[in-house]
Amino acid sequence: MSKATIIPFGPQHPVLPEPLHLDLVVQDETVVDCIPQIGFVHRGLEKLVETRDYNQFIYIAERICGICAMGHSLGYAETVESLMGVEVPKRAEYLRVIWHELSRVHSHLLWLGLAADAFGFESMFMHCWRLRERVLDLFEKTTGGRVILSVVKVGGVVRDIDATQMAEIVSVLDGLKDEYTQIMNTLLTDTSVKNRTVGVGYLSAEDATALSMVGPFARASNLAYDVRSFGRGAYGDLSEFAPITDTAGDCFARVKVRCLEVLQSIEIIKELAAKMPAGDIAVDVKGAPADGAQASNVLEQPRGECYYYARGNGSKNLERMRMRTPTSQNLAGMTVALKGCDLADVNMIILTIDPCISCTER
Amino acid sequence: MGSFKLGGMTFGSLFKKPETVLYPFETKPAPAGLKGHVENEVSQCILCGICQKSCPADAIVVEKKERTWSIDPFRCVQCGTCVRLCPKKCLTMEPSYTPIATTKTCRVLQVPDPKAGVTES
Ligand code: SF4
Ligand code: SF4
Repeated sequence: MSKATIIPFGPQHPVLPEPLHLDLVVQDETVVDCIPQIGFVHRGLEKLVETRDYNQFIYIAERICGICAMGHSLGYAETVESLMGVEVPKRAEYLRVIWHELSRVHSHLLWLGLAADAFGFESMFMHCWRLRERVLDLFEKTTGGRVILSVVKVGGVVRDIDATQMAEIVSVLDGLKDEYTQIMNTLLTDTSVKNRTVGVGYLSAEDATALSMVGPFARASNLAYDVRSFGRGAYGDLSEFAPITDTAGDCFARVKVRCLEVLQSIEIIKELAAKMPAGDIAVDVKGAPADGAQASNVLEQPRGECYYYARGNGSKNLERMRMRTPTSQNLAGMTVALKGCDLADVNMIILTIDPCISCTER
Repeated sequence: MGSFKLGGMTFGSLFKKPETVLYPFETKPAPAGLKGHVENEVSQCILCGICQKSCPADAIVVEKKERTWSIDPFRCVQCGTCVRLCPKKCLTMEPSYTPIATTKTCRVLQVPDPKAGVTES
C-alpha cells in the first residue's frame, strides 16, 4: 500500500454549492480518514438576538438558511411561545405545518435535482427544478415571498390561506405528484444510479445512534426518529404518521427515503387542507419573556431535527438564542460514512447527506 | 437506462407551452399580495413613529420636526411588520419591486400638516 496523501476537497467544489472543506486522507484510491472544516460563512446570527427584540428576530432566524427559512422562523416562534406561555390558535398551527411541509417538498426536490446533476442526469435535474418552481409559485401566491416567506410571527401567522387558495394548493400538488412519481420511479430503478449508490457510504444503525444522526440520514440507517411523530401542533391531528425508514444505510437508501418523504409531505398537506379548522390565525402577544425563563424546542427540518434554546432576561430582547441545526449533527456521521470509500464516491456521499453549511455556521 | 424512461416526459415537453417566460421581453404577472415595496399614503400619516420602532431592518426614519417619513428601500426586507402595525393603515405593500439603481438612496416623503392645510384654505 502506498503512502497516505491528503487531498483537499472544497470549500469551492463543483458538486457542492456549500462551503465545506474536507481534508481527505487518501491511500491509493481509498479514503482512509476525513477531517471536516467549516467556518467560511459564519455570520454571527445568534449574537444578533441582543440587538433586536423577540418579534424582530424572527426575520433574522428566517435568514439562517434559504431553504429551511420557513422551518427556522417556525422553530424560533414556537420556542418563544413556550417561553412566554402563548397558546397558538389551531388554524395557525395548521397553516404553519402546511407551509412547512411545502418547504420540505421544495427542499427535497432541490436536493434531488442537485443529486441528479451529480449523477450526470441533466434532464432529471431540469424536471426536478421545474416541479420545485410550482411550489415556489404557491409560496408566492399564499405568502407574497418565494423563499423568505415572513409569514410566521410570535403568536400565530400573518396571512390566511382562503378556501380557493387551499383548493389550488391541493390541485397543484396533485399534478406535481403525478409527474414526480414518474421521476422518482425512474431514479429508483435506474441501473446507472444504482451502480453509483448501492452499498456506497454505509452507516450502520449502531453508528447512527451512537453519533446521534438525525433526519433522512438517520432514517436511511433504520433509525425511526422523526420529530413529527411526537404529534405536536397540527401533526397530532394526522390520522397516521410513521417515519419513512430504510435498513440499507447506504447512499441509495438515503435517496429513497428522501424521495418517499416528498410523497408523504404531499399527503400531510392534503389531509390538513381537508381538516382545516376555522378561527383566528393569531393571538396578540404582549409583554416580554420573564427574567431567567428558559425554553427549548425541536423541529423536523427537511434535513433533520433542529434544536432551539432561548432564555429571557425580562426585556424585549432575549438573553440567549441557540440553534443546533441538523447538518452540524450529521457531519460526524458523514466522516464515518466516508471512511473506506473510493475517492470518486466522495461527492456522492456528501450530497446524499444533503449538508447545509450556512445553517450549521449561522 | 433511466434517461430513456424519462424520455417520454422530456419528449412531451417539446409540444407543451414552455414553463418559463422569455425574460426580459415577457414577465410573469405579479400575484396579488406579492411583497414588493412599501408605500405610504402620507396624507393619512400622523408621524407616530411606530413603523420606525418596529422595523427590524431600521429602514424607516420618521422626523417629526421636519415632517418627513423616509424609507431606505435597499434596507427594507419586505417583512410587512410596519404595514401590519401602522395605526392609521396608511402603509401598504405594493407588488412591484424596487427598481435597480447605481446608488442606494432613501425615498423621503414630506408629510402634509393637516393644521397648516386648514389655515391656508
Ligand atoms: S406607523 Fe403609520 S402613521 Fe405612524 S409614522 Fe408610520 S406610517 Fe405614519
Ligand atoms: S417591510 Fe419590514 S423591513 Fe421593510 S420597512 Fe416595513 S418593517 Fe421595515
